[in-house]
Amino acid sequence: MARMMQRRRIWHHPRVRDGLAFIMFTGPALVLIVLFIILPAVQTIVLSFTDDTGAFVGLRYFREVLANPDTWNIRRFPPGIPPWGSLVHNAVWILVHLPLSVALGLILAVVLDKAWGATVLKSIIFLGMVTPMIIGGVIIRFLFDENAGIITAILRGIGLEALGRTWTAYPETALVALILGSVWLWVGFSMILYSAGLATIPREYYEAAAVDGAGPLQQFWHITIPALRPVTLVIVAMTILWELKIFDIVYTATLGGPGGATMVLALQMYFYAFRALQFNHAAAVATLLSLFTFIVGLWFTRTMRT
Amino acid sequence: MTRRLGIHLIAWAIGLIWLIPFVGIVMSSLRPQRELIHGWWNLSPFTLSLDNFIEAWNHPSAPLGQGIRNSLIVVIPATIVPLFIGAMAAYGFLRFRVPFSNTLFLIIVLLMSIPQQMVAVPLFRFMRDVGLLDTYTGLVLVHSAWALPWVILFLRNYLSTLPPEIEEAASLDGANRFQIFTRIVLPLSVPGLASAMALQLTWAWNDFFMALILLFDPDKLVATQRIPLLRGQYQVDWGVLTAASLLTMSVPILVFALLQRYYIRGLVGWTLK
Repeated sequence: MARMMQRRRIWHHPRVRDGLAFIMFTGPALVLIVLFIILPAVQTIVLSFTDDTGAFVGLRYFREVLANPDTWNIRRFPPGIPPWGSLVHNAVWILVHLPLSVALGLILAVVLDKAWGATVLKSIIFLGMVTPMIIGGVIIRFLFDENAGIITAILRGIGLEALGRTWTAYPETALVALILGSVWLWVGFSMILYSAGLATIPREYYEAAAVDGAGPLQQFWHITIPALRPVTLVIVAMTILWELKIFDIVYTATLGGPGGATMVLALQMYFYAFRALQFNHAAAVATLLSLFTFIVGLWFTRTMRT
Repeated sequence: MTRRLGIHLIAWAIGLIWLIPFVGIVMSSLRPQRELIHGWWNLSPFTLSLDNFIEAWNHPSAPLGQGIRNSLIVVIPATIVPLFIGAMAAYGFLRFRVPFSNTLFLIIVLLMSIPQQMVAVPLFRFMRDVGLLDTYTGLVLVHSAWALPWVILFLRNYLSTLPPEIEEAASLDGANRFQIFTRIVLPLSVPGLASAMALQLTWAWNDFFMALILLFDPDKLVATQRIPLLRGQYQVDWGVLTAASLLTMSVPILVFALLQRYYIRGLVGWTLK
């Protein structure tokens, strides 16, 4: 009797009860996350370090992937034309797309802030973010098509005949077309976040600055930009993650072509795994890509906490 | 005053430029192929017809109507399941202190950064072994799992703004923890759930990669999977392709239009606080 009482008391001990409740509430989610994210991700890491017999081969697949011109073809880097390799293409994507998206998003947020019908205008620009990216790729192809595309027609109209061809069909222009198109699709994200950020800056800051004789540009530089720092951090982190994971746009617009000129890591992994059936090399590409995204994620969570 | 007017004009000019690609696909979806040869901006002749939409909907090799139906079959459970399970987990992480729960939470948040390609091959093999390959159930489970990290993070932040006193009052009235959760916490978090729903509906609908590797029966393909198949054999049939694109986009655009406030709060909420 006394022992039963004791057992019941343990059962009702607040820490035990909290533990059980924790398991009950988080259990279903944890099972799904472990089964469909963590376990397969760990298996991919294992796959990238072992051969078909299961023997550990160290960095062999990583070396082979990085030595392959599919991934790294730097000798052709400017002034040469693509393909430069998927890793370089992802890097170029970040170098061009990130500053453009951040700057354009900020400019749009500021310009649209006080305009008539700002909500409508912001919704229009945000449409690109709502669009499935597989259709984003269709639209990019459409815009830069020789016959159907408005951009090529305009370029021909102003005398740039050389740029009047289908951009996605030539290695010189395909990557540029995709990156510019992806700016158009993604800017809604940075604009919406910057708009929300602008709304949190107290009016008094600007009034005080105006009293001190600061002009609009000075106010923008000394009040708006510093106040938006946390938002900028979020935008930069999310944008880099998106650029590293780019897949759908390339899949419909070019399938990585012509001749690999728009190949990116995520698509390369898909081709290795599901076309060439080179599972270990595919796993090495995936692990490499995850390493990059994980570094961004880690940097982001650490700076957000401080 | 003139400077003010200038700002409005610039703002509207930007908005119109941004809209041009969408105008282009609407125009070419509504007009016959022969009128598009010289560009959709040439308005003579100008004939409106829904033929492209009908052709895309009943396309012989990749009927989009079937694809949209399949997408709905996947997306509705793939939104309800992670919302409910994720809300439970968010509540668990917020209310019950156990050792390492913060570390666990951080790991889950970090999972948001990894790409879907990281699980593709083992997931394919696992689904094949348990008989869930090429089934909607399999895809729904995968979408649910991949939605959870974000849903848990977002809803935990949302729930932390609710006053705990209400729950305490209910527990004094003899309600157990699960009753407190379903009868008090869930109804109070409807705005947060609406945000999570708006975003998860869009993400699940727009997904392409998971469907690409897990569904391959031609009759089971979801809408996004059919878009690349509608390109036409020798020449791109822009009329059909743009009509199919518009039909596929219409669902996320409708979600955005109807739930705009919640959608944007979902996107912005966790970043600015």
